[in-house]
Amino acid sequence: MKQKENMSAQALEVGAGVTSEKRRQVITGTIASGLAMAMPSLVLGQANNPIKIGHLTPRTGFLGPMGEYAVMGATLAVEEINAAGGVNGRKFELISEDSVNPQTASTKAQRMVERDKVNFFVGEISSASGLAIAQVATRAKTLFFQTGCNSDALRGKDCSRYMFHMEANNTMYVRTVGRELMRKKMVKGKRWMAFTADYAFGHDLFEKTKKFMDENGGIFVSNDLIPTDAMEFSPMLLKIRQQKPDLVMSNLAGNSTTNFMKQYNEFKIPIPLAGADLNAVSIWGAGEAGFSGTWPIIWTHQVKAPSAQKFTDTFMKRFGVPADNQGVADYLAIKIIAKAMQATNSDDAEKIIPYLESGVKFDVLRSREGYFRPWDHQLLFEMYTVQPAKGATKWDNFVTSAPIPGPNESLEVLAPSQMENACNFSS
Amino acid sequence: MDINITFLFEQVVNGVLLGFYYLLIALGLSIIFSLGGVVNLAHGAFYALGAYAMVVLSKYIGYIPAFVISPIVVAFIGILIERLMIRRFYQKDPALGLLFTFGLAMVIEQGLRMIFGASPKQFAIPEFAQGQLISGDFVYPYYRFGMLGIAVLAVVLTWLLMNKTAFGKIVKAGVVDAEMVRAQGISLTPIMTAVFALGVALAALAGVLLAPITGVHPSMGAEILTAAFVVVVIGGLGSFWGVVIAALLVGVIRGLTAYFFPPASEASLYVVMLIILLLRPRGLMGERVERFE
Repeated sequence: MKQKENMSAQALEVGAGVTSEKRRQVITGTIASGLAMAMPSLVLGQANNPIKIGHLTPRTGFLGPMGEYAVMGATLAVEEINAAGGVNGRKFELISEDSVNPQTASTKAQRMVERDKVNFFVGEISSASGLAIAQVATRAKTLFFQTGCNSDALRGKDCSRYMFHMEANNTMYVRTVGRELMRKKMVKGKRWMAFTADYAFGHDLFEKTKKFMDENGGIFVSNDLIPTDAMEFSPMLLKIRQQKPDLVMSNLAGNSTTNFMKQYNEFKIPIPLAGADLNAVSIWGAGEAGFSGTWPIIWTHQVKAPSAQKFTDTFMKRFGVPADNQGVADYLAIKIIAKAMQATNSDDAEKIIPYLESGVKFDVLRSREGYFRPWDHQLLFEMYTVQPAKGATKWDNFVTSAPIPGPNESLEVLAPSQMENACNFSS
Repeated sequence: MDINITFLFEQVVNGVLLGFYYLLIALGLSIIFSLGGVVNLAHGAFYALGAYAMVVLSKYIGYIPAFVISPIVVAFIGILIERLMIRRFYQKDPALGLLFTFGLAMVIEQGLRMIFGASPKQFAIPEFAQGQLISGDFVYPYYRFGMLGIAVLAVVLTWLLMNKTAFGKIVKAGVVDAEMVRAQGISLTPIMTAVFALGVALAALAGVLLAPITGVHPSMGAEILTAAFVVVVIGGLGSFWGVVIAALLVGVIRGLTAYFFPPASEASLYVVMLIILLLRPRGLMGERVERFE
């Protein structure tokens, strides 16, 4: 009624009659559509605004075999996320490339920032390349979840507010295997020989191993630096027989570890072997006759937690091989990104960093949940040791220990303290 | 550092044995280089093909049959490649052959990666060859003695082929003066194919023998290629015995460097090559090859 009066009044004033109502409808309609168009795309769920993950990992060279698993893990994570509809209405897009070496990693990371405009960086295995990518990511204020670099320095003097560590650091590895070796009484008063990969990771690892030995009453009688492209170790194996240490410590990486183990057995060195970096790929490569020694590892497909077993089954169905430690790290990195984006309802690094630093717990495919340490962004989780298994099948030529640390200890006992590995985000 | 004479002696002996490992790797390359005039940068790729053929075949027909058949299979692949592609480059600028084989090497490596994956394939020393000879501190696996024996056999047979058969005489004549050989009514085409096949078969044999020791993965070819070239260059182009001596020299030097100063063990090969080339550019026993001058 009121409308008609108004309209009549308007009609009398303007002289347009019935068309005034239509004009109002048009005006209302225009305003409504304008508002609709201005609303953020998140709400509308546009498909052409994906979350781009810049994935860099070595596909060639001595770390290539692990890179292959990294890509598998990352691919599976993205597929699962997109099958569930994406996050915040956006799908994930994986841009995966071979990082090759530090210089190439840096160039490709830069290109991923400028050309591809990636939202997050994930990956890398070489500590040297990881540092290069971290520098690009920090300048671009883009989060980098590194999944395979072990050096303590990356969490210490080279740390960055924008870098989070999915992989254990050298101190964690050394302490894990160190506990087992101490239990076997192979540390105090014992003479060790070390063979160390001659690059950033190897040097850092030896430093931490030496520190462990100094703290626990053992000594290194020698440390030989081995070039990363060495594949034949007979002179070193002969040296071991000549010097007769109590234990041989392998600080090698990638294919070098596999070859060293195989040839160690070939020469039937009677001295116990241990190491502080191992990938399932190396164990499988060495085969039943080749694998020996005591080694730490962050995860294997033998881990008993229900979520781990489910993941192993899914991975096996998708790729035809069991999941390994590297695949798990890249998988978890992307899954955590998705969770963080969901919880903060954004892709903004400045919102996600405090969320991750808040100690929020994640299912890390082990019996206990993991969380990031706020002051160095190291993910804390259970670790394991592996040793050879007899009468083994193709994938199970090793046996995985119970989780370390045990259920009654804090997950922090393995990681270096602030005094041991200071990290300053503002620098 | 204490220099124990016994230790030193053992390292030298190991170095000589290591030399045969280098000889196996370099012999095939040397033959194709010296006699065929082709810079075969795909040498490492054929080495890898030999190893992969071994891994695949031994599962079906057992170790020894696979050992014999794998180099033959790879030789056939080599023949195909030579007939269809390599022979177009014989009379051309050497750089073209070089570029082609470089590309071929990458294609084969990536092909292996796509088919088999980047992870090393499990391949162990066969049961009958396991075990070690132990003499004091000196230990040497029986398998490596076997490798040594086969390397020596390969060298002897190749020498006999090159020097005591009509085939060998034609090849050597063809290297010196191809025109003259053709004028005699002898076609060099099948000869070149045979030379290439032989070189490739030797590369594959090296791959078969070294598979259980250095692992089977797609980039295994690239790993040995530089060492093979260094040995051939040190030994000298065109010289058969030059390769043998160079391989032994490289083995001993690498072995000793790995003992005294391990970080330089891989680099020591290049230092030796540098010194030799500065003092005697044609290599230890190289002959001048007219084709390149």
